[in-house]
Amino acid sequence: MNTKLGRWTLAVLAHLAFLVAWYLFVRLGNVPKFVMPSPAATLDALLEPHYGWWTNIAVTGTEIFGGYFLALVVGVALALVFTWSKPLEAFFMPLLVSLNMVPKVALGPLIIVWFKYGVLPNSIMAFSIAVFPILLTTARGLREIEPELLDLVRSLKGSRWQLFTKIQLPGSLPYIFSGMKVGAILAVAGAIVGEFLGSDRGLGYLMLQVQVTLDTPAMFMAVLLITVIGMVLYGIVLALERLLVPKDARIG
Amino acid sequence: MRALAEPFIHLAGVAKVYGQHRAISDASFDVMPGELVSLVGPSGCGKSTLLKILAGLHAHDGGEVQIGSPSHPFDPSKDVGMVFQAPLLLKWRRVLDNVLLPAEILGLPAAQSRERARDLLALVGLAGNEDKYPYELSGGMQQRAAIARALVHDPKLVLMDEPFGALDALTREKMNLELLRIWKEAGKTIVFVTHGISEAVFLGTRVIVLTAGPARMADNFVVELAYPRTLDMKTHERFGEYTRRVYRLLGME
Repeated sequence: MNTKLGRWTLAVLAHLAFLVAWYLFVRLGNVPKFVMPSPAATLDALLEPHYGWWTNIAVTGTEIFGGYFLALVVGVALALVFTWSKPLEAFFMPLLVSLNMVPKVALGPLIIVWFKYGVLPNSIMAFSIAVFPILLTTARGLREIEPELLDLVRSLKGSRWQLFTKIQLPGSLPYIFSGMKVGAILAVAGAIVGEFLGSDRGLGYLMLQVQVTLDTPAMFMAVLLITVIGMVLYGIVLALERLLVPKDARIG
Repeated sequence: MRALAEPFIHLAGVAKVYGQHRAISDASFDVMPGELVSLVGPSGCGKSTLLKILAGLHAHDGGEVQIGSPSHPFDPSKDVGMVFQAPLLLKWRRVLDNVLLPAEILGLPAAQSRERARDLLALVGLAGNEDKYPYELSGGMQQRAAIARALVHDPKLVLMDEPFGALDALTREKMNLELLRIWKEAGKTIVFVTHGISEAVFLGTRVIVLTAGPARMADNFVVELAYPRTLDMKTHERFGEYTRRVYRLLGME
């Protein structure tokens, strides 16, 4: 209990120390606001009404959560299909491993050609970058079953379905969450890159707009808000993991 | 008592070949109902292969395997319990639910199985740990839970593949004593695979010795030491004779 409290205290202290260091650096170094604003100046950026913070948060949030959710559904579903069909896995897995090597960011201009500007192409961007870690780790989790556990089920003449529901699926949960955590971070990056490449709304779009006027505090605020959206997503994943996976089984 | 003459397991000339490799050749022995037979030998002697043949996991390539008798019928889908070197408990299940796994697979009545699982956890000395997760148990305790799991569906035959091989020496001795107690109380036929010679002699009503390269059956003898066995029996003259006999067969003397 004590150590847990201690860790939380340290975590809060580290963040506060970072803020103080940031403040002191700007203040004592007389750093101009357009190069690096102070924490207070960054907060002030929120007061600018025509930046439409709430709308942009909603847009970027939708892209990240939408793309991520799609990646989760598709990634896990494909992995399940592969566990049930060895030929399908043998055929598609090498292809997917190669596709995983494609830098998804490089697809940005193409996605814009195909889907125009807006929430959809940026969600697809987030999806395309988050889906692979979820798919690959889930497939691995479903595959990794101790041969002796298989023997145990077989010695009882257990069915393929029983093996799947009682051992494979619950056994793969830690892997699914491991992939989901990596995917969560990537989905944020994907959506923002999408907004950079072409969009008319969102926090990434806003950053490009205020960059022209050298409103660095607003850029700082946008980055901060993107980070917070990412933290919320990551936090939800962590909370679900805590709920569904016992302590010892968690990985990554 | 009249059924004693009928073996529960009858193996005659059993062989298993993997490609060019003869995993086991000409294994012939009988196991009486309620016996605890030790299969001892070095790695590669085919003892695990034999166990898998008994479990119905591998087909044999020659000879005859007969399990069960009119007085002790045997259903290969319900009457095998297995314990491995690793406890292989499911990390996401509490201890009680781990023990229940075979009952679930066989579709046994849930309420009765839970009752039985609790009794078995008490039998293996884990009463009060029903709701813990495996990681909260020590290695020895996890293996106790694995033994309870192997008994939950009330199998006639329990197959153990080096179940205490990963435990430290002291825990292992303790578990040997525990296994003998559980065996007496549960009244199962047990085939116990080990590479521990002393363990094989200490536990077994009989010891079957297998040698490697080529894999074959080298000996099969009754251990005439009374039960309940105690650790000080290991210093008895006769115990030493039995272990020396095995060492000699394995070319270690």
